[in-house]
Amino acid sequence: MWTSLKRIIKAGFVGFWRNTFVSAAAIFVMTVALFVVGGSMMVDKLLGVSLENIQNKVDINVYFVTSAPETEIFRIQALLEGLPEVAEVTYTSREMALEQFTKLRQNDETIMRGLEELGDNPLGASLSIRAKETSQYEGIDAFLREQKAAENPQEPLIDEINFLRNKEVIDKLTAIIYAVERFSFVTMIILVLASILITFNTIRLAIYTTRDEISVMRLVGASNSFIRGPFMLQGIMYGIVAGVFALLLLYPIVLTVGPQTEQFFQFNLYSYFIGDFGRIFLTIVGSGIILGMISSMLAVARYLRV
Amino acid sequence: MIYFDKVSKLYSNNSIALEDVTFQIAPREFVSIVGHSGAGKTTLLKMLIAEDRPSTGQVFFESLDVHQIPKTKLPKYRRKIGTVFQDFKLLAHKTAYENIAFAMEANGRSDEEIQENVPQALALVDLDDKAWNFPGELSGGEKQRVAIARAIVNQPDIIIADEPTGNLDPIATYEVVQILKKINDLGTTVIMTTHNKGVIDELGRRVITMDEGRIVRDDSEGKYML
Repeated sequence: MWTSLKRIIKAGFVGFWRNTFVSAAAIFVMTVALFVVGGSMMVDKLLGVSLENIQNKVDINVYFVTSAPETEIFRIQALLEGLPEVAEVTYTSREMALEQFTKLRQNDETIMRGLEELGDNPLGASLSIRAKETSQYEGIDAFLREQKAAENPQEPLIDEINFLRNKEVIDKLTAIIYAVERFSFVTMIILVLASILITFNTIRLAIYTTRDEISVMRLVGASNSFIRGPFMLQGIMYGIVAGVFALLLLYPIVLTVGPQTEQFFQFNLYSYFIGDFGRIFLTIVGSGIILGMISSMLAVARYLRV
Repeated sequence: MIYFDKVSKLYSNNSIALEDVTFQIAPREFVSIVGHSGAGKTTLLKMLIAEDRPSTGQVFFESLDVHQIPKTKLPKYRRKIGTVFQDFKLLAHKTAYENIAFAMEANGRSDEEIQENVPQALALVDLDDKAWNFPGELSGGEKQRVAIARAIVNQPDIIIADEPTGNLDPIATYEVVQILKKINDLGTTVIMTTHNKGVIDELGRRVITMDEGRIVRDDSEGKYML
């Protein structure tokens, strides 16, 4: 058993080195295939992150009238925090709102002068609410409208609820992202499938060139596993080498686009690549190993059947 | 030892490869099978190594019905038979030594046995100095001698040689036939198909003559009679 295994391993390595051209061709094709797999992983991650980012930007802001007492605002905040669908409620006091506003508009002289002339803080306090799921915003919005309706008209509290204003934009963006994600998913599936088929065919061709040898091996009494073993090992080696090559190809690309993705998606692809390298390595090299092994197994099986 | 019992082989287009072939071969015999191309010689050999199945009839190796052997047991059965072909069928990416060693490895022999027997087999076919050459670096006669060394290295009960001299010049032909004779003298049954009149006449052993799938002559000390 051990001797057999040792011989299979040796034959696999020798076959790998001696069939240089065939090995190189198989590795080249598999590198491209695994690069597509790796690239798909990166694009998928980016799309996922951007969708998450947009979803995180969805919130409901409740603006209170300037005269609203803080105790009342805190009461509503407590009510909101009691709702099961609410993830987080952030309070912005009138002072904080003014501070943020002046910071944002400090270069706009007209507005700054206007503020000075007013003398008083014209901004109301606000609550910013984030739901656990995007679909739960409608419910929270309805709850807030109920609160507003129940107010004493003499002492209004809630000035404005901005959900409807944001909703349209958010829905549209979400729809676009979903569409892009779905499209890219289908494209990736097609690309990955095509890569698998091309790899399978390349390995089949590589083994086709040795079909006479396989028949000779059978004639001298080699068992099927003894014939299949070295080819499967070669397939595994193609997978490992191609996986490493694909990662080496991906590295400079993520290194280059990393800062851009940071700017655009607030997500550094390079940091992700390095931080999650273990998983990415296992996925790509693992796919290579499985792809190489199964392709070889199927290709050899064809010539062992006779 | 080998018994063909009313073996016929029909292909799907109704062409007859073998028709009602019956004969037996005793241990240590040297049998030549002669006939025109398409007479059924190669089909006969394929039946024996279970590479092809008869349409009717049976082939026995000792008491074993060859075509009843389960697929998983076929490799073990084939190890009892050494095969030599007209086109040598060597593994192109293995050296002469490795080609011979492969047959032993496939047989599950130990490394020590391989290291001992492969050089002996190479010496028997007078190729000690070409052990590390690849088939592409050998002449036709040398390739055939490697193939013979591979066929005998596991000490099989029978050697089957399908037109072993078909691609060789007269000198190489003579050498190959001498080696086969030597193997037979050492106790191995040899079954050889050939076209070569000179070889048959020189051997002076049993000759089975085939024509259109049938045995037309079976002479114990035959000559080439076509």
